[in-house]
Amino acid sequence: MSVLVYTENWDGKFKKVSFELISYASKVAEMLNTDVAALSIGNVANDELQKLGGYGASKILSVENDNAKVFDAQNYTGIIAQVAEKIGAKVIIIANNNTGKAVAPRLSVKLKAALGASVSKLPLSVSPFTIYKRSFSGSAFSDVELKTDIKIITLTQNSFELIETANNATIEKVDINVDAPKTEVIDVQKQTGKLLLTDAEIVVSGGRGMKSPDNWGPLVELAEVLGGATACSRPVSDEGWRSHEEHTGQTGKIIAPNLYIAVGISGATQHIAGVSGSKYIVAINNDKSAPIFEVAQYGIVGDAQKILPQLVEAAKQVKGK
Amino acid sequence: MKILVCISNVPDTTTKVKFTDGDTKLDTAGIQWVINPWDELSLTRALEIKDDASSGVKSVTVAHVGPVTTEPTIRKALAIGADSAIRVNAEPSDAYFVAAQLAEVVKQEQFDIIMCGIESSDYNGSMVGSMLAEMLNIPSISAVSNLKVENEKPIVTREIDGGKEVVSTSTPFVAIVQKGIAKEPRIAAMRGIMMARSKPIKLYEPVAVDALTSYKKFELPEARPACKFVDAENAKDLIALLQSETKLI
Repeated sequence: MSVLVYTENWDGKFKKVSFELISYASKVAEMLNTDVAALSIGNVANDELQKLGGYGASKILSVENDNAKVFDAQNYTGIIAQVAEKIGAKVIIIANNNTGKAVAPRLSVKLKAALGASVSKLPLSVSPFTIYKRSFSGSAFSDVELKTDIKIITLTQNSFELIETANNATIEKVDINVDAPKTEVIDVQKQTGKLLLTDAEIVVSGGRGMKSPDNWGPLVELAEVLGGATACSRPVSDEGWRSHEEHTGQTGKIIAPNLYIAVGISGATQHIAGVSGSKYIVAINNDKSAPIFEVAQYGIVGDAQKILPQLVEAAKQVKGK
Repeated sequence: MKILVCISNVPDTTTKVKFTDGDTKLDTAGIQWVINPWDELSLTRALEIKDDASSGVKSVTVAHVGPVTTEPTIRKALAIGADSAIRVNAEPSDAYFVAAQLAEVVKQEQFDIIMCGIESSDYNGSMVGSMLAEMLNIPSISAVSNLKVENEKPIVTREIDGGKEVVSTSTPFVAIVQKGIAKEPRIAAMRGIMMARSKPIKLYEPVAVDALTSYKKFELPEARPACKFVDAENAKDLIALLQSETKLI
């Protein structure tokens, strides 16, 4: 038995989330007194694969196959299932991102393995195997027992600290038969080099209280100075002031940065549902009774247009910019 | 061509949830039940596609797994414009159970496009659509933000990290939809509400399937500490405070 982690790569590179997964898996493996194997699908150089060893993977299995170049959920499920069976994995850990959400439930059916999704903590116990997950869009949490022999967990991004260890991982190329994908990509529109909202540790977000799409300059600047990403509330993206990719909230992106700065956002339940996993929430709003202050640890009551430039100034000083 | 939209019945998204029986069950007293927001958007998009004659889509059916008490939610979907509905008469015990029931429905009725919301706003599993596809051994496309059908050929836009991809796949397939699939949910008009009363709800008895998971206990999130306020005139102090207390700046 073993704990298997599927570590996705982005153009041949891993990201912080990949190492979070391995760190988490190492702790789960400790609870089960076993080791961690990482599975990589696609072309990743050996020195990049080796990085996974630095967080506790003892074996790295690499599958390179032309039929896996296009992401096809059915195909990827097949690859992970074959590798899981080959190594006798009892726990499979995957990121709770677009890929993980597409693959993990299929894998659950294929392996008849119970799935605990959007998990943010270590299992509460391994016998019975009980996980702790977000429920009711963040307004509650629940203890869920995974009742099958094999278990699958999808881990929320930025919910687990990195734990570095000595690196003694072996890399093994695994040959697996992969069918031709049934998904055909016709067109790709992709921005490269931009910090993804879901990867950002600091997020500065604006709501209707920003009053106009022309007022966004200092908010964007604050995010830049702090090395963070920008986001917005639903009315802002609905009005077309900012792109839909920035919408955070129940029906938009669900994020869990370390620091979430909400500017001119009143804090409707649906918005909070998307950001309640943030470690710290800062609210800037001219209405002191806005519900956002109930979930914020730091707040300023006042006019965002006057406050933002002051924050930019102070942040620049702190950052030496 | 036929579209199936799978719908879930969830507490209104502004509900302050409470639990009962030693925090093992949702306290349903006073809860307003609604169609899961993503499912409502799916249904809206399915109807928009059907409205366009060049799509070749002839019917939109909704399917739901739930006891008879959930019928008002199904009637609402019919009032919004679904042609017919299917209810599997069972208390949904977990995502695997629900997907297995829906798989049986799809096997019996045959659909070309099956639409599921990316998650339900209550148990947040993001599971049923993909599980259903695996049970049927058909493709699934996740994070779908646009779906078009031209002469019975579906063209799907899916969100990827940092952008989007336009893809095609064979039918039948499951589209797991998210934000962007439709702008605003379609609202039932009086005529729709009247017509919904006479539209059929076909009843299925459940197939025997064991749930793979069980919810043991619920808890409310820990209360966050009270908000520390910084005076607007000295807004700069916020940065110093964040630097010293959170160590994140």
